[in-house]
Amino acid sequence: MSQGYGIAAISIVVALTAIIGAFGLRISRTTSDFYVASRTVSPLWNASAIGGEYLSAASFLGVAGLILAYGADLLWLPVGFTGGYLIMLVLVAAPLRRSGAYTLPDFTELRLNSTRLRALASVLVVGICWLYLMPQFQGAGLTLRTVTGAPLWAGELIVAIVVVTTVAAGGMRSITFVQAFQYWLKVTAILLPAAFLFLSWHADDSPSLTRDSLPRFAVATTVTAPEDLQIRVTQPVVPRVTGVVDGLRYVGGVAPLAPGPHTVAEGTRLDFPAGAPVPVEENLPAATDEAWAQPLSGGREHSLYTTYSLIIATMLGTMGLPHILVRFYTNPDGGAARRTTLAVLALLGVFYLGPTLFGALGRIYAPDLLLTGRVDSVVLELPSRMVGGTGGDLLSALVTAGAFAAFLSTAAGLTMSAAAVLSQDVFRSRDVRTFQLAAVPATLIPFLFALIAGGIAVGDAVSLAFAVAASTFCPLLVLGVWWRRLSTVGAAAGMVVGGASAGAAVLATIIGGPYQGWTGALLAQPAAITVPAAFLVMIGVSLLTPRHVPSNIHRIMVRLHVPEGLGQEAGDFSR
Amino acid sequence: MNEVDRSKRVVVTSPRARATGAAQRGVLDLDEQTTVGEVYLRSLMRTQLGLALTVCLTALILVAGLPLMFDLWPAAGRARVFGLGLPWLVLGVLAYPALVIGGWAYVRAAERNERRFAALVERR
Repeated sequence: MSQGYGIAAISIVVALTAIIGAFGLRISRTTSDFYVASRTVSPLWNASAIGGEYLSAASFLGVAGLILAYGADLLWLPVGFTGGYLIMLVLVAAPLRRSGAYTLPDFTELRLNSTRLRALASVLVVGICWLYLMPQFQGAGLTLRTVTGAPLWAGELIVAIVVVTTVAAGGMRSITFVQAFQYWLKVTAILLPAAFLFLSWHADDSPSLTRDSLPRFAVATTVTAPEDLQIRVTQPVVPRVTGVVDGLRYVGGVAPLAPGPHTVAEGTRLDFPAGAPVPVEENLPAATDEAWAQPLSGGREHSLYTTYSLIIATMLGTMGLPHILVRFYTNPDGGAARRTTLAVLALLGVFYLGPTLFGALGRIYAPDLLLTGRVDSVVLELPSRMVGGTGGDLLSALVTAGAFAAFLSTAAGLTMSAAAVLSQDVFRSRDVRTFQLAAVPATLIPFLFALIAGGIAVGDAVSLAFAVAASTFCPLLVLGVWWRRLSTVGAAAGMVVGGASAGAAVLATIIGGPYQGWTGALLAQPAAITVPAAFLVMIGVSLLTPRHVPSNIHRIMVRLHVPEGLGQEAGDFSR
Repeated sequence: MNEVDRSKRVVVTSPRARATGAAQRGVLDLDEQTTVGEVYLRSLMRTQLGLALTVCLTALILVAGLPLMFDLWPAAGRARVFGLGLPWLVLGVLAYPALVIGGWAYVRAAERNERRFAALVERR
């Protein structure tokens, strides 16, 4: 890809974000404006903003990359990301809005009358935000590296600075405008190139995606190892090599690679002839295209369990993401909250058609990413490879802009939530100035994490955030909204058990993994165990401690469930 | 509301509330935890929860039933419709409109439940 276009695209997105943010600054004045945009945002704007906030690095880059590597099994990932909003719509959307709370800790305190429980919720919110922010920074670093060859920290730094500035300058009002703009940018940036790629594939006589063979290089391809690689060869292949393979130095000579593991040193050039089978990075499955296109046919170990766990984590984790929930408070009433959520379902469904197509076509046109292991960059690489010339450059610039919009908007939303909790619960102030200052630690700490933990895959950190959210806030919200006998002790026990088990499992995977067999499957996808465990503990302990049920439970249930306009006090919840 | 006798308790309403005197009585029932208010609230919650669980169950059968179907009956995973593999057509394309339709049906039903509830409260 031409560097100039990519840099221009990133600059334009950053500049537009800053300008729209500054525009919001002139409107937002009071504390209430900063937190919830005065609840005057219409459902479509709100839904666009939620979509903009939700479609993160994981959706924009990660989904296509995972589909390229793992195939049909991962089709459930975007379905789960979208389906999470259906679950949220039917179980919690309207009651949450009617609660009148600003943040998840607010809701926790309102529902259970406990400041200690509020503190626990605050810790979890900040933890989930930081976990989720880290991969956004990493994604930004990765994108800037793909486009310009800049070091990873450069992209991370740019996103961190823009986010702190926008959040501190405009609060949520400006963020709502910024996010809505980001959604439409992202949809255009994924669907327009996807349409061109589809036409290009069609013009290429629609090569089959389901051949009974390993992925093959469609044309003669040169791959330069970006770092030291461990690869696995399934069918013998004879590339020309300049560099070091298996400890032997070659200068343009042929290196016959027999089936089995091989090492390729950083900077080594491998020239593959057209039609050669693609060696695969050792952590990715080496499946034939036919097996890849079929669900549950051996891409991963214990794929049925893993698929179910993925469905549970994504569908139930969505409602527990702090930066999404805060958006419900910008609806004027519970009915609007429902219509907003419905619009989000439609907007997300439209978007996710794109990454799926990118992932599938990547299998034909960018199989070398399986060799380098950099499947996350398939969305960035594909347009310039399939559409040549200036058109390809422009489409590349567009997806780059969309990717940057993804990091900026999600990071801004997460920073907002973390800053709101930090300013209220740590610095104990509702002052606008405190909120602005709190945006700095809210961004700085995950930025440092991203710098230190450079090796953690984007998808791993995101799935950790979803699993933790599904194991803590999902039971709290669902039982809190529908079950009168939920007690403070029960809620605390469930959240601690769910959060600790899910957190421990995926931390173990990130630090020591990937593990093999059942251990690996359970630790990489803990939700199928930890979510039911959290629910059971919360219910069981609540039944054992009936004296710790809030005494004003009737009044709380009236507020959560009775529609506005029926005269009950629907004012703001304040401490 | 300025004319209200200050010695009596009044319901503090939101600006959007258009509650009439009759409606306020119903609402007082709701807030004050009288038997009638309790019955109203429980019936509303039961209706809405039943609706929510119906939608969740349908989604569960569709989304969670598919992995099981593909696992037990691999031929379904190889089937092709309109030149596309069945799993790709169902999960990559059709799942999204299905989710939207489910959500739309839910919103309609939930709002109808709330209108009925409002009519019940205000009739008293």
